[in-house]
Amino acid sequence: MTDLAQDLLSSFVVAEAGLNGAKNLGVVNMRKEALDRFEATGFPTTRDEEWKYTNLKPVLKHDYKIMLKSESAVSFGDIKQYLLSDLDTYKLVFINGKYSSWLSESTHQSYDICTFAAALNKYPDILAEYLGKAAPAGETFVDLNTAFADDGAYIRIKANQTVDKPIEILYITTDENGTSFSQNRNLIIVEQNAEVQILERHQNLGDTESFTNFVSEVFAARDARVSYYKVQNDSDKASLVDNTHVKQASGSNVHVGTYSFGGKLVRNNLHFYSGGEHAESHMDGITIIGDGQTVDHHTLVDHQEPNCYSRELYKGIYLGKSHGVFNGKVLVRQKAQKTNAFQQNDNILLSDKAKVDTKPQLEIFADDVRCSHGCTVGQLDKNALFYLRSRGIPKREAEGLMTYAFASDALEYVKIPQLEKRLNGVIAEKLGINLEFAL
Amino acid sequence: MIKIKDLQARVEEKEILRGINLEIGPGEVHAIMGPNGSGKSTLSSVIAGREDYEVTGGAIDFEGEDLLDLDPEERAHKGIFLSFQYPVEIPGVTVSNFIKTAINESRKGRGEEPMEAREMLAKMREKTALLEMDKSYLSRSLNEGFSGGEKKRNEIFQMAMLEPKLAILDETDSGLDIDALRIVANGVNKLRSEDNAVVVITHYQRLLDYIEPDFVHVLYNGKIVKSGDKNLALELEAKGYDWIKAENA
Repeated sequence: MTDLAQDLLSSFVVAEAGLNGAKNLGVVNMRKEALDRFEATGFPTTRDEEWKYTNLKPVLKHDYKIMLKSESAVSFGDIKQYLLSDLDTYKLVFINGKYSSWLSESTHQSYDICTFAAALNKYPDILAEYLGKAAPAGETFVDLNTAFADDGAYIRIKANQTVDKPIEILYITTDENGTSFSQNRNLIIVEQNAEVQILERHQNLGDTESFTNFVSEVFAARDARVSYYKVQNDSDKASLVDNTHVKQASGSNVHVGTYSFGGKLVRNNLHFYSGGEHAESHMDGITIIGDGQTVDHHTLVDHQEPNCYSRELYKGIYLGKSHGVFNGKVLVRQKAQKTNAFQQNDNILLSDKAKVDTKPQLEIFADDVRCSHGCTVGQLDKNALFYLRSRGIPKREAEGLMTYAFASDALEYVKIPQLEKRLNGVIAEKLGINLEFAL
Repeated sequence: MIKIKDLQARVEEKEILRGINLEIGPGEVHAIMGPNGSGKSTLSSVIAGREDYEVTGGAIDFEGEDLLDLDPEERAHKGIFLSFQYPVEIPGVTVSNFIKTAINESRKGRGEEPMEAREMLAKMREKTALLEMDKSYLSRSLNEGFSGGEKKRNEIFQMAMLEPKLAILDETDSGLDIDALRIVANGVNKLRSEDNAVVVITHYQRLLDYIEPDFVHVLYNGKIVKSGDKNLALELEAKGYDWIKAENA
């Protein structure tokens, strides 16, 4: 067992009674059981099939502080750049894992856009119904999070409501605690025929290492519509394991877009459970990373019912000594006839030192389905590059233009123009080009 | 304008150009003909700066400057344009944004200010009309899903927008039906002036009926083996290339 795992186990004994939800016996038991499972398994290593390509050892070796103090010295000016300033939004801001009411704009009017801490203390019935019902027990990082997490975003949109503006969730880490190990959790419940758009990002403002083990559970009831955008552009000191589990009822439509431009090590475990007919599951992403960075996308679509559609499109651009992983699994259960599943992962290596491991997986137990999958790893087409240069476009711009053209179709489902513009700006910056031609 | 002296080039280990000598002055139209594999496309690629070819000897002087030292984009900035035999598809970039970028990068390369948006728009309108292109072309992804004829027309549209000093048309006539050929040739003729020159690379006399050359050269086995006026093209059309091959066997 690693030192960190030992620290976590001993911290729990001390911290347990002080966690939000400590008066809810159901939650208390759930935490204890989750911790027991974690104790039995410990952190995964590269010997585990699901972690074969991503070695956690270098980021788990730090002496992390586990029970974090919040910091009130963070001002709106410090975090403004991480929010969409040109758009009115609800805001849930967390500093070192604790909710900052000062920086947030929550509501209980027509819908609940507030905190997981409040839900833990106030809504035992809802927790009993939803908590841990999407994120499966038995996954190490989920278990660890279940044991410790006592704050995060709580969003509940009642039936037939469309949230009037997007919700931004921002998780900030500062230097206050030194090297920090954060565990927050979202619980997002979108009831029948309701609609919501959510943006989320994690940001380390400090100079010390941070590790975030994050869980987000999303429940989309019949005909609910959810757009969930994750912008990952954290500092080189920050590592993140994001466990997002989406449970869908019939006719629901959920899109999760993951835009990964930064961080030291980012692992996205994104799972969709398609549990009702005519549900649509969309997941797409763009990864652009450079020296010393790793981004690992592990996705699962679990088709449990007939007549569902899933679409998965991930584009990766790797510069310097970077490492990308894509492992996309599509599971079509026997009952899930007429499933239509599309999966594509395309990668461009712009450096000799960059590396990609890509592994599409199909497991199909139904006999009347349409499933396609593919992956490519390549360099920019030399012929096309010469074509652009022969028209007067310098090599660097030509490469940028082609790279942008390669990646841009993964932005097609972004429904918030301000976000699309922002993402285009980041892509241009990462590729070192002027993107006027595309805007 | 351009002086090519004893130009030799190879791709990998294969010699393709074995000593090309050619001089082109402003206002002139030269046609380069020859059988398949004689080196016509290699010559145009070497002039435009494609890096797959290794120049092993000779020189190209363009307006007093050694062209072989320059990157492809720098050659474009100096006024060299190559119309591709197989234009490349670039999904996600529209024709209008592409041409805007090309024009302004070329102007930047020459130390000029970017073109005013209004001027750019007017010019695009004028040139699409010249080539009888529908304006909707401009908002389509570059060459993506274009027919063979549309791609070639789009090449000449770019030429019209960029106004090069030396335009090399590499088999622009291939894949064109007779109407498209007429429109493309008409476009090229309208762009001709005393200051610029055109090199037409073709297998067939057909295009030369519309774009009348001042000089015709026959390229065979990496060398120019015969030069003449437009009558040489007619002679080749009538007799084929076998007599050229026999003379140079």
